[in-house]
Amino acid sequence: MILTIAHKEFRSLFSIPSTWLILGALQFIFAWFFFARLDVFLQVQSQLAQLANAPGATLAVAAPLFGTIALILMMLIPIFTMRLIAEERRNQTLTLLMSAPVSDTHIVVGKFIGLMLFLLLIIASCMLMVLTLAAGTQLDTGLLLTNALGLMLLAASYAALGLYISSLTKQPVVAAIGALAILFGLWLADVSAVDNNNTWRALAPTSHFQNFNIGLLNIIDLMFFLLFCTVFLLLTIRRLHNNRIYS
Amino acid sequence: MPVTAPITLSARNLIRRFGQREVIHGISLELRHGEVLGLLGHNGAGKSTTLQMLTGALLPHSGEIEICGFDLTRQSQKAKAQTGFLPETPPLYREMSVNDFLIFAAKLHRIPRAQIADALTETKRRCGLQDNGKKIIGTLSKGYQQRVGIAQAIIHQPEVIILDEPTVGLDPSQIRDIRALIRELGNMHSVILSTHLLGEVESICDRVEIMHHGRLIYGDSSTKMQQYGSQSGFIVTLLAPPTLSELHAIAGIQQVDQLSPTQFRILHAANTNPSAALLALAAQHGWQAEQLVPLQTRLEDVFMQITQDEKL
Repeated sequence: MILTIAHKEFRSLFSIPSTWLILGALQFIFAWFFFARLDVFLQVQSQLAQLANAPGATLAVAAPLFGTIALILMMLIPIFTMRLIAEERRNQTLTLLMSAPVSDTHIVVGKFIGLMLFLLLIIASCMLMVLTLAAGTQLDTGLLLTNALGLMLLAASYAALGLYISSLTKQPVVAAIGALAILFGLWLADVSAVDNNNTWRALAPTSHFQNFNIGLLNIIDLMFFLLFCTVFLLLTIRRLHNNRIYS
Repeated sequence: MPVTAPITLSARNLIRRFGQREVIHGISLELRHGEVLGLLGHNGAGKSTTLQMLTGALLPHSGEIEICGFDLTRQSQKAKAQTGFLPETPPLYREMSVNDFLIFAAKLHRIPRAQIADALTETKRRCGLQDNGKKIIGTLSKGYQQRVGIAQAIIHQPEVIILDEPTVGLDPSQIRDIRALIRELGNMHSVILSTHLLGEVESICDRVEIMHHGRLIYGDSSTKMQQYGSQSGFIVTLLAPPTLSELHAIAGIQQVDQLSPTQFRILHAANTNPSAALLALAAQHGWQAEQLVPLQTRLEDVFMQITQDEKL
């Protein structure tokens, strides 16, 4: 059941022209940043070579690129999550799911997985771009893998939050703005923090992503992302259940 | 409609509130296999809310619903697998093609993968969608969208089919097609439909429940409903009419009203019919009887009468 719903979500994303447009534009932006970083790296390469422990191409090119992608995902994911429940509610198609023999958990997890498959596609396309570096240099596989994992977890936490906001309203646009505002607020809490032990900063997914970005695999960060996703998915399930009672 | 047919849906004392306001006050319903039940009522009488509760899209605040023996709150998935629901607005993903959408609906209702293709062809045939499989739902006309909505509700061959105003917004020929389809479905499944069109009830329903302000105020077979509160009688046209008192003198006639110089409305008791005696006299005295039309109450009048009675 979960997979049926996930499959449907995934396919319906591709039946909208704007998805293709966004995918194309995104690929263009990634390539732009990638070349810009690569260009800078090539210019300073000779100076870097004189350092004792010089950063390689992965750290100098790939890691900053992933940092940029994390920021772009923050702005992008609300656009995809907004439709998940709010639009179904507005078009009154939610009734189909509500009266079908599937539980609220199936609906929520199905939609979440459907969107995650799509986001994985974006992340994978970006990984492929970075992998082209392997033609000219030795890549730091460990760093690449932690970054990929970090991006996936970050995307998952954004998707879970966006899904929850989408379940609160009937208007997709309101859902998008709401999710974006919260993600932006969390990001501000991260960048504006003066010390590293700030409580608000600990709540921001971006601050936990930074460890992955520099190649640190930390159990606390892992737990944070898992908890973040679980909490918002549970809240969404609860919200759908309440939908049957109060609306 | 045999009384022995198994009960497929039963609801007891459903109560539903929106905020503090109670909108459904203790509704009980029963539906048997092979029966078409019409839920009739004014706008805002609570028809849609009741139907949504029967499908599990809304939860009642109290009361129990059983579908084919499964409790809707405790064994919701088994119960829901036995129902098909077409809400007021058909729940269609406009960007999907008809085939994709119906396959999705089939999977959602747990049809085994191997049977999906057969179910799809069969359902499209029944709903007259054979030639529209590849079309995008958003490009279809309202009538065809409604058909897709019905197809979605019956693809898994549910025991209970719940249709909320299935013919709203369709043109007359589409209405006729859909009514014929519902009638056909009623032979093999149980159908419950809500409507405020009385003609619909007359033409397709075996049984009627009238809803008013969140209560069921009348329930009977639709033929019996037509007789509700009606007075037996007929209208007769006599081209060379006798005096009123002569007509009154005929045995069994309770009241005679002259509608026009040649037309008379004659009321009589339900168990005696003086029309034969009247025609015999007319032949004898040369009254030139021309037309004799039995009085028929229209369902509209009955409906108005029933809902009015409730207000008093």
